Amino acid sequence: MILYIIRRLLSIAVTFFVVSIIVFLMMHAVPGGPFDGNDMPVSEAVRAKLMAKLGLDQPLWVQYLKYMSGVLVLDFGVPYQAPGETVLSLLANAWPPSLLLGGLGVLIGAPLGILLGMAAALRRNTWIDYLASGVATLGLTVPVFVISMLLILVFAVGLNWLPASGWGKPERWILPIATYAAIPLATYARYTRSAMLDTLNRPFVTALRAKGLSERRIIFQHVLRNSAIPMVTVFLPMFIGTATGSIFVEAMFRVPGLGSYFVSSIENRDYPLEMALILMVTVAFCLAYLLSDIAYAWLNPRIRFGEQKR
Amino acid sequence: MSTELNLETELAVPPAARQRSPLYFAWRRFLANKAAVVGGAVLLVLILAAIFAPLFTKTAPDAQAFLTQSLAFPSAEFWFGVDDLGRDFFTRIVYGARVSLTIGFAAAAFSVLIGIPLGALAGYFGGKTDWIIMRIIELFSVVPSLLAAMLLGALTGGGFVTIIVIAALFGWVNVCLLVRAQVKSFREKEFVRAAQALGASPWYIIRRHLVPNSISPIIVGFVLAIPLAMMLEASLSFLGIGVAPPTASWGQMINVGMNFMFFYWHMAVFPTAALAITVLATTLFGDGLRDALDPTLKGR
Repeated sequence: MILYIIRRLLSIAVTFFVVSIIVFLMMHAVPGGPFDGNDMPVSEAVRAKLMAKLGLDQPLWVQYLKYMSGVLVLDFGVPYQAPGETVLSLLANAWPPSLLLGGLGVLIGAPLGILLGMAAALRRNTWIDYLASGVATLGLTVPVFVISMLLILVFAVGLNWLPASGWGKPERWILPIATYAAIPLATYARYTRSAMLDTLNRPFVTALRAKGLSERRIIFQHVLRNSAIPMVTVFLPMFIGTATGSIFVEAMFRVPGLGSYFVSSIENRDYPLEMALILMVTVAFCLAYLLSDIAYAWLNPRIRFGEQKR
Repeated sequence: MSTELNLETELAVPPAARQRSPLYFAWRRFLANKAAVVGGAVLLVLILAAIFAPLFTKTAPDAQAFLTQSLAFPSAEFWFGVDDLGRDFFTRIVYGARVSLTIGFAAAAFSVLIGIPLGALAGYFGGKTDWIIMRIIELFSVVPSLLAAMLLGALTGGGFVTIIVIAALFGWVNVCLLVRAQVKSFREKEFVRAAQALGASPWYIIRRHLVPNSISPIIVGFVLAIPLAMMLEASLSFLGIGVAPPTASWGQMINVGMNFMFFYWHMAVFPTAALAITVLATTLFGDGLRDALDPTLKGR
């Protein structure tokens, strides 16, 4: 197991460097530079001086090595769009709103999805099963900005119950949280339903029934525990995906979170910020997958990673 | 099957009951799935509407023919109203289907073209080849696809062809995994062994035996890649780095409609509904197809 984790960590390190090289090259291959924008035109001389100061006149591989040696000690540089700050402080300020809304969305959506999936599996082929499948398909296929748009149209424009966008007061958080909750809800409804159905068909359930256990005990103590494994393993990657903020949800609801920086860093050729964002998200996903694989092995002793070869 | 056995079965059952092909049973299973049939029908209507768009729309999609009636609400004359630049909105929505479906189908086709050879190679040879291809797939699964797509979009300046390429770049992974699994399970079968013993080259075996035997996962992978590509196109166009403005794209229309929705609801409602219905119909159709072609995968 330890050996397996070490192997995985090494492979994550390799992935990290491959991604960093590809992203760095792609980023610099995009035509234009950070000071070509029209909102703040600078003269040729000033621009040359700025480029020299930021080291952008050096060969690419020098720039890459310089940046990455900073990253290794967690120094992600200074964002061009806010020279007074560091990338880290900028992200530290922008992340809490995304974490709050996205995190709450997952924490609300996942349990609801599990309940819905359970109900669907236990009452198979009834209206609740069809409702669950409907919700699951809708949540997984309709893009989030369409979901946000529908929620705004119904609750803000149509019924006028809630504010359409903004930040600050908690009632402004309801619609974005509902949007974020849609994907975990749909995912969990689907997974729970199929996992529960799989488990319910196994012989040990029949054996438990034959022994005279109450249906409630069978469901909660045996079936649910045995079908919990896939539910645990999808949680972390999904949490990372949602809690880093969605570009669309934050744009639709005007949330001052991480999302807008994904777009603006690419648009403004803000290289340090762009690298930092992509590298952090990549590492977060890699670690989330690793942790959920470990959790999987821990919950399911039949899996042993050391002997996985062949 | 030996001739003896055939004779016996013919004696046992009346001649009226013909032997049915697996495709027949797949078709029966598909028809039993109401959601999939409805999805398929809606998709068919959308495809026909996209192809024959000029026949039942009154202007070109970018003709500003009704400037004096800009932002008019839906009426008998303008079914979906008029947009902010004086264009008939129904026309734009219908032409939006063209963009969405073309990109969806083209990107899915390219995904299949990349995914089949890589999946077959990984599944047939295993070992190092498999390892390399699986690492590439891993790379694509940890990098958020939308971010990479945005970067690629900025790199190439967006546009129709670019979006198809980007969508295919992220769509082949699923096809590849499906084909790989199928090829892997067929690799050790007797007929492949026999072909190898007769001296067939790996390339011949893959082309002649393994790919044709993977046709159902390929079809499923193709259909399920369509909605993903359509969603990517809409997302990029929504962010303003997708299809360039005069062309009608639903993602773009939703973005514009967002600014008008409090006063001119039709600007937001119709593109949103069009996109949701199309993606949903395609997904339901694809899911149904998957369940019909491979009943063991059901509900996954």
